[in-house]
Amino acid sequence: MKFVKNYLIPRLITYFLVIFVGITMVFFIPRFLPTDPVQQFIARFTTQGVYMDPKSVENMISTLKQLYGLEGSLWEQYRDFLVRFSKLDFGPSYYQFPTPVKTLIAQSLPWTVGLLLSTTLLSWVIGSILGGFAGYYPDKKWVKIVDLIAMVIRPMPYYILALSLLILFGFIFPIFPVRGGFSIGGKIRFDLYSIVTILKHAFLPALSLLLIGTFVWFQGMKLIVQTVKSEDYVRYAKYAGVPEKKIVYQYVIRNAMLPQITGLALSLGQIFSGALITEMTFSYPGMGTLLYNAVFTGDYNLLMGITSISIIVITTSVFLIDLLYPLLDPRVKYK
Amino acid sequence: MKVFRELLKDNRFKIAFVIVLLLCVLSFLTAFSPYDPSQWNVVERSSPPRWLHILGTTSMGQDVFWVLTYAVRNSLLTSLIAGIVSRIIALLVGILAGFKGGLIDRILMFLTDSFLVIPLFVIIVLFAMIAKARMDIINLGILLGAFGWAWDARVVRSQVLSLREQDFTYTSILSGSNTRSIIFKDYIPFLIPLVFSTLIGNMSWAIGMEITLSILGVFNLEIPTLGTMLQWSISSQALFLGYWWWVLTPVVFSILIFVALYLMSVSISEYLDPRMRLQRVGKA
Repeated sequence: MKFVKNYLIPRLITYFLVIFVGITMVFFIPRFLPTDPVQQFIARFTTQGVYMDPKSVENMISTLKQLYGLEGSLWEQYRDFLVRFSKLDFGPSYYQFPTPVKTLIAQSLPWTVGLLLSTTLLSWVIGSILGGFAGYYPDKKWVKIVDLIAMVIRPMPYYILALSLLILFGFIFPIFPVRGGFSIGGKIRFDLYSIVTILKHAFLPALSLLLIGTFVWFQGMKLIVQTVKSEDYVRYAKYAGVPEKKIVYQYVIRNAMLPQITGLALSLGQIFSGALITEMTFSYPGMGTLLYNAVFTGDYNLLMGITSISIIVITTSVFLIDLLYPLLDPRVKYK
Repeated sequence: MKVFRELLKDNRFKIAFVIVLLLCVLSFLTAFSPYDPSQWNVVERSSPPRWLHILGTTSMGQDVFWVLTYAVRNSLLTSLIAGIVSRIIALLVGILAGFKGGLIDRILMFLTDSFLVIPLFVIIVLFAMIAKARMDIINLGILLGAFGWAWDARVVRSQVLSLREQDFTYTSILSGSNTRSIIFKDYIPFLIPLVFSTLIGNMSWAIGMEITLSILGVFNLEIPTLGTMLQWSISSQALFLGYWWWVLTPVVFSILIFVALYLMSVSISEYLDPRMRLQRVGKA
């Protein structure tokens, strides 16, 4: 019971408040900007040379306003928006007309989640372990080499790294497919061939996410371990004759893991953004490519939907990590 | 100047400094550019690098080298604006939260954490897409600045929290200084180094964002930046046509910028952290 009262409830409140802040931003940004999406939509038609008489323009404006939820006072619009949001109803997509935005997102979300989940976990584990050893033995030769590679790869934005991999593997050594998530026109079945094809298509996007992720966690872990290493209890364990392996795994890495978990929760939003950018580069059929199409076709409903769903997905994952934290840190005892 | 000489002893800073200097020289070369970057067909089309066009030309008949000079200048300018705007917000939020404490602190930190958790990229895209018609380097800089302050506000706040517990704060308060003079005279000097080291990281983030937004097509493609340069080359199928000089130039120069800024920020933050400095001096 104490767990619920002192740990779960405050976090649950924060969770809903963060979603609320995000959704409010999504609502107010288009409304406080000087450009009018409805006028832009009409202008696109007129520049394409379509003639419309004033009456049908008038009709179209009111229909669009209804679709975009721009009718009534700001407060009514906001209430309406929240109600529609709670039902995850974002209206039809314009990019693939009558398909609802919800269906499009439901189709692409599994791809993104799969890619994101596997690469984030893998890079976090590899980076933390490598970084742990590197921080403990900073004078080894391989540590210096990895350090050097990390220095070049780590600062690169996702797009540039993905593009470099695309050029390298798509044009110089064409081994892996550089577009899509499955062979074109193919049907996904549960057999070996399907799985191999999916993995092959996921290889390059996953590699670019893994590379950046691993080096970020590597450097974070290395810094933490370097400080933990000089703590008194580690020195004491060493003098008391505790085997070095035990010191590294149970005393140093275990303790240094905790800030890494907090770091994971805090940087999940950025990793997610990076995954979207990577998907765009490789036309991977996830949310990133959907976002790209939404922007290119000027599809506001889809864009709003993607933004809102992204906020929910990320805040939920952060919330889950937060709930797991006490399991990993024995010092947090729900008081 | 003494700080600078100390920093130059670090090889990483030396490399970074040389690259940044080179980029600045490139930016200043725009003043002598023989071509207007907004004009097409001023030189022969799609020519590989050779004398007079040392980085080749594009298939729109622009000289890659001279477009690059403008691109580097504009990208650096955007990121500098973003950096300055977000530094101002981070300082305001961090100082207010750290110094006032209590409810204000809790509200501000909740906002900061929300900004950290929410995937800002999609919100920036939403913003940029709607305001696309008005996007120029200054507006883009302000937009990125308005979203890129959260992490650094936390850093400033924790620094202010530790400063507030120092004896000199009490001395100032007891001798009757008001809040404004404590913050400006006593705290700002401690916060300045922090501002510089976080500025560099933020600039790097802003350039990466600018490139991504340009590729998405939500930035004005007529303004030459590293991102729009890349976008033009990719949308003109330069990769398939084998015009490597056109694609690789923005890619290589952006990698140079990122590596240089990163090395600089690492070197400066190590310099600011006395424990790390001791380790380094001990090794040398």
